[in-house]
Amino acid sequence: MTEESLVWNGDPHDSASMINVGFWTYIMTDCILFGTLFATYIVLQNSVFSGPTSHELFSPPYALAETLILLGSSFSCGLAGIAARQNNKNKVLFWYFITFLLGISFVVMEVLEFIDFNDRGASWKRSGFLSAFYTLVGTHGSHICVGLFWMIVMMLQVAFKGLTSFTLRRLSCLGVFWHFLDVVWIFIFTYVYMRGVQ
Amino acid sequence: MEAEEKSYFSYYIVGFILSLILTLATYFIVTLHLLALKDITLTISSLAVAQATVQLFLFLRIGQEKKPHWKMTVFLFMMLVLVIIVIGSLWIMYSLNYNVMPGEMDVR
Repeated sequence: MTEESLVWNGDPHDSASMINVGFWTYIMTDCILFGTLFATYIVLQNSVFSGPTSHELFSPPYALAETLILLGSSFSCGLAGIAARQNNKNKVLFWYFITFLLGISFVVMEVLEFIDFNDRGASWKRSGFLSAFYTLVGTHGSHICVGLFWMIVMMLQVAFKGLTSFTLRRLSCLGVFWHFLDVVWIFIFTYVYMRGVQ
Repeated sequence: MEAEEKSYFSYYIVGFILSLILTLATYFIVTLHLLALKDITLTISSLAVAQATVQLFLFLRIGQEKKPHWKMTVFLFMMLVLVIIVIGSLWIMYSLNYNVMPGEMDVR
């Protein structure tokens, strides 16, 4: 994973850079997807239909904990990327393992939160606000789950095949994916949880 | 093949610390009510955009490709589409809500 992988001169034989640019393009379309879910949430955030409101449901410390965990995982993912550049297989496995642990903690926290909301009568069918909330945050959570699964697969591939150009290319795509999920979460934290409790 | 073996470690450390500061700033401004209600939205939006920018440039490293700048081009186009869709939807829905929804008890 060198400087070359950041540049694509249009040569279809330079597959690493081409694939990185293609994956980046997919990530951009994913941003638009999240944009539409955000717009929907913002439109519906006050449509509580006499049901639970964001002030009653959201816990700021809980959301902060989730945010810091995800931020930490983005950082450890970056360190894994550095290790890949250094061609250090064990370090790559270590940092991706840390990223995975943080990521799974995040998912567990989020699932527990959803279960708690549901028990308190705030199901996704309760109101427009809640439908929009579960759709937006749930879509982000599903992306995280896919990323975690991908991480397991990559850790196995790196463990058994080592850091080949093949695995390096895939690791760089996974890294972009994971950082992107943290960027999206920044906005969820700010516009859903922080605005929801002010 | 191995160009300058630039260590991006400092990028990630700086990015992490800045993101941490911006996250905590948002958190404390909201939970400790450090600002008047009307100022909060703009402030935390700016903090969110700042943090996203930090992560985009330091974690995702989008500014750093050499020519041709495919990633930056695609990113800017995405931003354009996103802004049109999001601001457009919010504007339309707000306008519909105001003009069409009954029972607003407006004093006319």
